Amino acid sequence: MNKIWIIIKREYLTRVRKKSFVITTILVPFLFLGMILLPVLMMQSDDNEKVAVVDDSKFFTGKMADDGGVHYKFVNAKIDTLKNNYADFGYTGVLHIPAMDINRPGNFNYYSKGQMNVMMKSNMERKLKNVIEDLRMEEAGIDKAKLENIRTQVDIVNLTGKDEKKGSAGLALAVGYGSGFLIYMILLIFGMGVMRGVMEEKTNRVAEVMISSVKPFQLMMGKIVGIAGVGLTQFLIWIVLIVGLNLLLPLFIDPASLQSASAQGGAMGGGQSSAAMVEMMEKINFVKDNVSWSMVIFCFLFYFLGGYLFYAALFAAVGSLVNEDPNDAQSLVFPVTLPVIISIFMMFAAVRKPNGLIAIWGSMIPFTSPVVMMARIPYGVPGTVPYWQLILSMLLLIGGIVGTTWVAAKIYRTGILLYGKKITLKEVGKWLVRKN
Amino acid sequence: MNLLEIEHLKKYYATHKAVDDISFSIPKGSIFGLLGPNGAGKTTLLRMITGIFYPDSGNITFDGKPFNPGTDIRYIGYMPEERGLYKKMKVGEQVLYLAQLKGLSKKEAQEKVGYWFEKLQITSWHNKKVEELSKGMQQKVQFISTIMHHPKLLILDEPFSGLDPINSQLIQDEIFEMARNGTTIIFSTHRMEQVEEICDHIVLVNKGHKILDGSVKQIKQDFKQHLFRVGLDQQPNPAQMATHHFTIIKQQEKGYTVKLNEYSKTNDILSHFIHHDIQVNSFEEILPTINEVFISQVKLTEAN
Repeated sequence: MNKIWIIIKREYLTRVRKKSFVITTILVPFLFLGMILLPVLMMQSDDNEKVAVVDDSKFFTGKMADDGGVHYKFVNAKIDTLKNNYADFGYTGVLHIPAMDINRPGNFNYYSKGQMNVMMKSNMERKLKNVIEDLRMEEAGIDKAKLENIRTQVDIVNLTGKDEKKGSAGLALAVGYGSGFLIYMILLIFGMGVMRGVMEEKTNRVAEVMISSVKPFQLMMGKIVGIAGVGLTQFLIWIVLIVGLNLLLPLFIDPASLQSASAQGGAMGGGQSSAAMVEMMEKINFVKDNVSWSMVIFCFLFYFLGGYLFYAALFAAVGSLVNEDPNDAQSLVFPVTLPVIISIFMMFAAVRKPNGLIAIWGSMIPFTSPVVMMARIPYGVPGTVPYWQLILSMLLLIGGIVGTTWVAAKIYRTGILLYGKKITLKEVGKWLVRKN
Repeated sequence: MNLLEIEHLKKYYATHKAVDDISFSIPKGSIFGLLGPNGAGKTTLLRMITGIFYPDSGNITFDGKPFNPGTDIRYIGYMPEERGLYKKMKVGEQVLYLAQLKGLSKKEAQEKVGYWFEKLQITSWHNKKVEELSKGMQQKVQFISTIMHHPKLLILDEPFSGLDPINSQLIQDEIFEMARNGTTIIFSTHRMEQVEEICDHIVLVNKGHKILDGSVKQIKQDFKQHLFRVGLDQQPNPAQMATHHFTIIKQQEKGYTVKLNEYSKTNDILSHFIHHDIQVNSFEEILPTINEVFISQVKLTEAN
């Protein structure tokens, strides 16, 4: 036991002291913050755009209000001359509205030096559209005020369970997606870390020296636990830094603009980064909300550690099979990474339909449960995920950890001392059925 | 008293018998050579003695008691042929780490590190990373980490590979000193001249079997060809050399290598020359080198 502890300490300290660890641990929260702040800064940088408008149709004159730092100035000038010398008058660009029939608007042109940005383009288009719609309504004899009255906003508040908790499907989806994805990344990144560590020991030929002092199982578990400690340390620092930075954030930036930026980011995106960003923002803004955060955090820690331990042993076994050639690693590691990749696809299904067949089965089988179950839990326990499912899933995962560790230890013990020849999966199968 | 006794040890793999019924014993404080060609089963044998492998059958007795890898491992120092160190670790930390895994407390380990680093003149490397050292230097660090915990049994597999003559001598002196202080040493190598220089006792294995066992002196006697080198004042004429006591193997400048015939005694050779009044300047018996014994014995078992 004492020896395992010495090994854990070494594995932990050598990694934590590395420059690359210190850099990523400190840099990631700042990158995260940057991702949140970028849209805000993007909007603020639009300041003081002066746009000249040449309105040959006369429909739009005076109806384009300034916004977001863009000033519209209607000018009486020939577009043919202005489009060549607008810069001399201090304009950023020229919007040309040709003479037109209001029911058949033609092309609007915008002359500028460089490409106009997306935000400005969509703003400008919306303004032009509004003016045209107003004019058409007038022509059709529709009273605009009445129409506004008729338009209505519907909001469904989802009350779940006996105690009628208020929930948010959008938030659950975002949190589920985010934490599932995070666990997926942890499994791969730290699992590969374990594999590389074992490979290093084998190719450096330090393995046999070690094995003459400690049992192979002690060496393997020491490494796995040590790297788990590295992962936990990193997460702890990240959480502290992110929370800390978020508390400091309002001092620098107006919170209102931050909210609108994140909302826009979410609307535009659909990409993973912006989804994660929205999730993060919502997490911060909705802490007082009714999702049971303690349950989500507890389960996250459980599935983070459980999933890691389940896969780390397998990655260690793969590492012990690799000889000098790193290409061997790629083919040998595939059977281990495959279920991890499958679980991310199952998760896509599970966040949309948390009680679907794929979601329930995926969250039971230990190979996929860490990722898939985390996608379901934010929808509510025991509302969406009954207690029996959660407990069964956890027990199966614990059983799975014992199983993979047992299998991996057998492979590792033989593999770590085998040099020179390439090992096939068939041989590995033989080691498993062989007795001591 | 024997520190290690091995009886009928067997270890079979799916395709071959790596160790097939080997027995021998090693007296306390002796330097014991384990010899054999590549693939003879030496490494498997050593791995069983160090508790890395379990034998299929047979007994190992360590220091008077049945060998228990869990507790006895700390009295063994093993420098395997496939050896290495953590490249990114500092030399001092590395040795400290390996010593602690052998059961030394941190304080004890630190004292020993200081002592050995001083003795082998590597104190200045303490804070260098292992990867910055030359191969020979790494070898020295490896040796220290093997003997740090003062093992009762020290197993060295090719300990001199990669060392220059000066450092080789340094390590060799260290080995002798440890043996004098009671450490039993198993020494495995292909370098036969080192075996003669260092070992008291050898065992030769091939194809999983023991084919030779005995003290270096005894083995040389057992395998001697009764050859003698005679140095003469002048070359005698061939007629004077006819005798039933010996046959001439080789003629040299001013001398002969001769083989003593059966039923004749060493002094019969000398008497022959004295009788013919030929001046003998030197006379010595030619014993086989361990290298010659090794080659002839291995060839013999290969032929079977």
